[in-house]
Amino acid sequence: MKYILMMNTMRAGHGVPAWAQKDLQAHIAFMIGLNQELRQSGELVSAEGLSFPDQAKLVRAGKDGVGITDGVFPESKEFLAGYWIVDVDSPERAYAIAAKASAAPGPGGAPLNMPIEVRPIMSGPPPEML
Amino acid sequence: MTKPWDVTSEHLLRELAPQVLGAVARRFRDFSSAEDAVQEAMIAAFTQWPQEGVPENPRGWLIQVASRRMTDLVRSEIARRQRETTVARDVEIVEPTVDIESDMDPDDTLILLFMCCHPALTSSSAIAMTLRAVGGLTTTEIANAFLVPEATMAQRISRAKQSIKTSGVPFRLPSAHERAERLPAVLHVLYLIFNEGYASSTGAHLQRLDLAREAIRLTRCAKALLPGDAEVAGLLALMLLTDARRAARTGPDEELIPLNKQDRTLWDRAEISEGIEHLTTALSKGSVGLYQLQAAVAAVHDEAARTEDTDWPQILALYDLLKRVSPSPMVTLNHAIAAAMVHGPSKGLELLKTLDTDDRLAGHYRLDAVRAHLLEMVGDCESAIKHYRIAASRTTSIPEQNYLMTQAARLAER
Repeated sequence: MKYILMMNTMRAGHGVPAWAQKDLQAHIAFMIGLNQELRQSGELVSAEGLSFPDQAKLVRAGKDGVGITDGVFPESKEFLAGYWIVDVDSPERAYAIAAKASAAPGPGGAPLNMPIEVRPIMSGPPPEML
Repeated sequence: MTKPWDVTSEHLLRELAPQVLGAVARRFRDFSSAEDAVQEAMIAAFTQWPQEGVPENPRGWLIQVASRRMTDLVRSEIARRQRETTVARDVEIVEPTVDIESDMDPDDTLILLFMCCHPALTSSSAIAMTLRAVGGLTTTEIANAFLVPEATMAQRISRAKQSIKTSGVPFRLPSAHERAERLPAVLHVLYLIFNEGYASSTGAHLQRLDLAREAIRLTRCAKALLPGDAEVAGLLALMLLTDARRAARTGPDEELIPLNKQDRTLWDRAEISEGIEHLTTALSKGSVGLYQLQAAVAAVHDEAARTEDTDWPQILALYDLLKRVSPSPMVTLNHAIAAAMVHGPSKGLELLKTLDTDDRLAGHYRLDAVRAHLLEMVGDCESAIKHYRIAASRTTSIPEQNYLMTQAARLAER
């Protein structure tokens, strides 16, 4: 069963967080370690981090089909920061990975407890059940 | 002397894989490394044989290449230990010899099958191990079939081998008693591979490895090795009788076509007769099990030339038996459908009520899909629409979701 784990960060519109060097390094090491762990357990399908919100644009087609580009609205409270796609044996395992990612260390090494949205990925036809 | 590479060569190569692995693993007394060595020999064969032709003694060729690889592995292991401890350990180097061939045992494929479907493994690990060690497939092929990166699949296999090692299972055929106890797990893995073939057979991936075919091939092989077992034959029959409908199961836009709307002229007659043959022999053995009964249901459907010719009383009787032999909420659900077809939809809806409190099926889309269908049959369109929509939101299959949403839309427009 494949799941996507979407990591949301608060306060879109803000740029790179102003953390202490030690805290930033601990956070980066944690994320690299988590990916490594998922690769070694044979569960990682893909993991990507996304650019900061100030690089994002909203595109919508206008009447003539030409895109109208707009910046990201600063009032959005949460912002997708990155995602993992994992192939696991149970939903519980997907939740456990999400919980671990959620507790990534932030300022002062305290867990960030970020909201991680976990959703099943759709597949092809189901097995025939007579 | 070589023979030109043709369609039978690939089949031969895959069949030889577990036999060669058995011989090499026994000789070197190291299953995990032997499995890696045979995998490398298989990749070498797949690269060289199509161009240079199939060697006169393909088995000997594979053993030679795998053994050479094993010797390299042993040598580098000795070197590593010497570096680490500066004390030479008494690791035996076995030079590749032709007489490894005499170590071949016809039961090796069966030993490997039981080993790869070991209860210590998760089902995804058991599936990957079985396809590689018994099926002779490469890691790349398996990774592509499951749409995961090759490195992830390689890691899954290596961890599975670690679990097998830790479980301390010896490389020998389990006792008759043990075999009987563990056979259901083996059959379940084969069944999962078959079903995975359906789940992953979306149009965009048509060129991917055909897992349903692979499952049929492996089950055929298991049946040849366990000729007396009725459930192995039952499983093979079930796969053939289900696979026979494959061409009719999806439309041009990949949409799902339910059994009662399928173009039955598209069904594979040869697969149906073969399935029925296996089933008939299996049933005559007298020990009726889960797979034989499911195959029997599939056979009743396959034998009906038109939907309206379906012998529902017979199917209902089979589900009555299944409820006794192997009770599960899914069987109860199917039993309710059969009852609805025989005694009317109200009877089916009444039987479904018993499932509302069953935690094992709670939130499963199929309960809502069946309920919607029966509600439509009694003429309660509003409730039917509601349950089609609930089912659509709960399934994780895109074609199934499209089908269920379309049913709701169709009723809403009436």
